[in-house]
Amino acid sequence: MTKKKRALWAHKDLLGLEYLSKEDIELLLDTAESFREILGRKIKKVPALRGKTVVNLFYEPSTRTRVSFEVAAKRLSADVINIAVESSSVKKGETLNDTGRNIEALKADIIVVRHNCSGAANMLARNVNISVINAGDGWHEHPTQALLDMFTLRKKTGRLEGLNVSIVGDIAHSRVARSNIWGLTKFGAKVTVCAPKILIPPGIERMGVKVTDNIDEALSEADAINVLRMQFERDDMKAFPSQLEYFKSFGITEERLKKAKKDIIVMHPGPINRGVEISSEVADGGNSVILEQVTNGIAVRMAVLFWVSQARDKGTSIP
Amino acid sequence: MPLKQVFTKEEIERSITRISHEIIENNKGVKGLVIIGIRTRGYILAERIAKVINNLYGAKLDVGALDITFYRDDLSAISEQPVIHNTEIDFDIENKNIVLVDDVLYTGRTIRCALDALIDFGRPGTIQLAVLIDRGHRELPIRADYVGKNIPTSQKELVQVKFQEIDNEDSVTIVAEGENGPE
Repeated sequence: MTKKKRALWAHKDLLGLEYLSKEDIELLLDTAESFREILGRKIKKVPALRGKTVVNLFYEPSTRTRVSFEVAAKRLSADVINIAVESSSVKKGETLNDTGRNIEALKADIIVVRHNCSGAANMLARNVNISVINAGDGWHEHPTQALLDMFTLRKKTGRLEGLNVSIVGDIAHSRVARSNIWGLTKFGAKVTVCAPKILIPPGIERMGVKVTDNIDEALSEADAINVLRMQFERDDMKAFPSQLEYFKSFGITEERLKKAKKDIIVMHPGPINRGVEISSEVADGGNSVILEQVTNGIAVRMAVLFWVSQARDKGTSIP
Repeated sequence: MPLKQVFTKEEIERSITRISHEIIENNKGVKGLVIIGIRTRGYILAERIAKVINNLYGAKLDVGALDITFYRDDLSAISEQPVIHNTEIDFDIENKNIVLVDDVLYTGRTIRCALDALIDFGRPGTIQLAVLIDRGHRELPIRADYVGKNIPTSQKELVQVKFQEIDNEDSVTIVAEGENGPE
C-alpha cells in the first residue's frame, strides 16, 4: 500500500467545478469512495458532522437533488432544515442575500442553494461567512451532479483520462452539461456535445469540446453517454415542434446503441422522460447506470459536505 | 532530533508471535475469531497476527481494516486535514470475537472512535484490544488485552512505529520533542 498524495482542501464553498483543481476533484471523488462503502453498511451513518446544521434553500422545484443532499447530511449526523421558498419570507420580498444572512444568524453551518439565476450561489457565498454549496444555479453550474457523473464513470471504467464522453440534449440551457465539461476536461476526457444546432450555445468549442448535431456520430466513439432531459416546459425557443420529433432525431434507442460500443455507459441526471430523450428499453437496460448514479450522488454529496465543513475558518477563495 | 530505538525487528516479531498465542489461549481456539486493524499500521499488524495464527492453527481468519476518520471528535480542532482511507470489513461481525489491533495505544481516543465505528457494523460477542506499544497517558478508561511492550514516555515524545510493508523497515523509535503528533 502506498501513501496517497495529499491535496489540501481550502474551499469554504463549492460553487462550480470551474473553480476547482484536478486535485480538489480527485480528493472529493476519493472521499466519496469511502462514503460509498458506508452506504452499504447496516447502519449507514457516521458522526463526522455531528452538531452541524445544513440548510437546504431551494428556489426551484427539485426532489432528487434536495432529498439527496438531505440524506447525505443525515448520514453524516448533521441536522437538516429544508426551506421551501414558496412558503417562506421570500414570498414577502426578502432578497437572497438577506435570507442567507438570516440563515447565518440562526447559526447554521452550510447553505445548499438552488436558484434559477446563474451566479446566485457565487453572490450568496460572497455575502455570508458560512459555507455555500451550489445545487444548481440557472444555466451556470450544477457541480455535485457532474461530480456524481464523474464518480460513476470512474467507478465503472477505472479512469477518466482519455475517456470519450458524449453529452446529448439541451446543451444551451444545461448547467449539468457545463459542470460536466469543466470537470471532465480537467481530467483529460474527450467530451462531445450533441444537440440540435439551435440548442448549442455559440462558442462552446472554446471549452475544449467537440460539437455535432448528428446523434450517430456522437455515439460512434463514445465510452459513455450522458443523456440530458429536454426541458420542454422551459423551451421558449420552440426548438422542436414535438416530443416525438425529438425522439425520432435524438432519442437514445436500442437501435441507435447497436451501432455504439457494446459496453457503452448510459447516464442520465433524471428525471427521465421515457420515449422523449431515451427509450424505456435503454433506460432499464444493461448499459444504463441511472439508478447507480442516484446512490453515488449521496456519497459524492457527503464528500462535499464533509470537506467544505473542514475548510471553514481556513480562508476562502470566492471567484 | 535525537532518536532512541526501543524495539528491534526481532523483538517486534517475537511480540507478534506471543500476542498471537495469547489471543488463541484467551479465546480457547479460533472459532468465531476475527481480526480488525485500524488504518494504517494497525491493519498491517492485524494482517501479521492473522498470518501467525493461520500458520499455527491452520485457520483462515477474516481480517478487516477500519478507518476511523469520520468518527473522530477532534476533526474541527486538528490543524492538519485528515487523510481518509477505506474501511474494508466484508464479513459479518455479529456475535464474533473481535480482536481490534492498533500499533500504539496512547490517549485511548482512537480506540474510542474505533469502538463506535465497530458497533455500527453490528453487535459483536466481544471486542478485545491488541497493541504493539502501550505508551501510557490515557485520557479515557481504556486498556489493552494484549500488549507487545509497555514503554514509558513523556507526552513531548513521539513514538514512531515503522513496518516493512510501507516504511521499508521494522522498528519502533522514540523521537524526542516530536513536532508532528502521532498519526
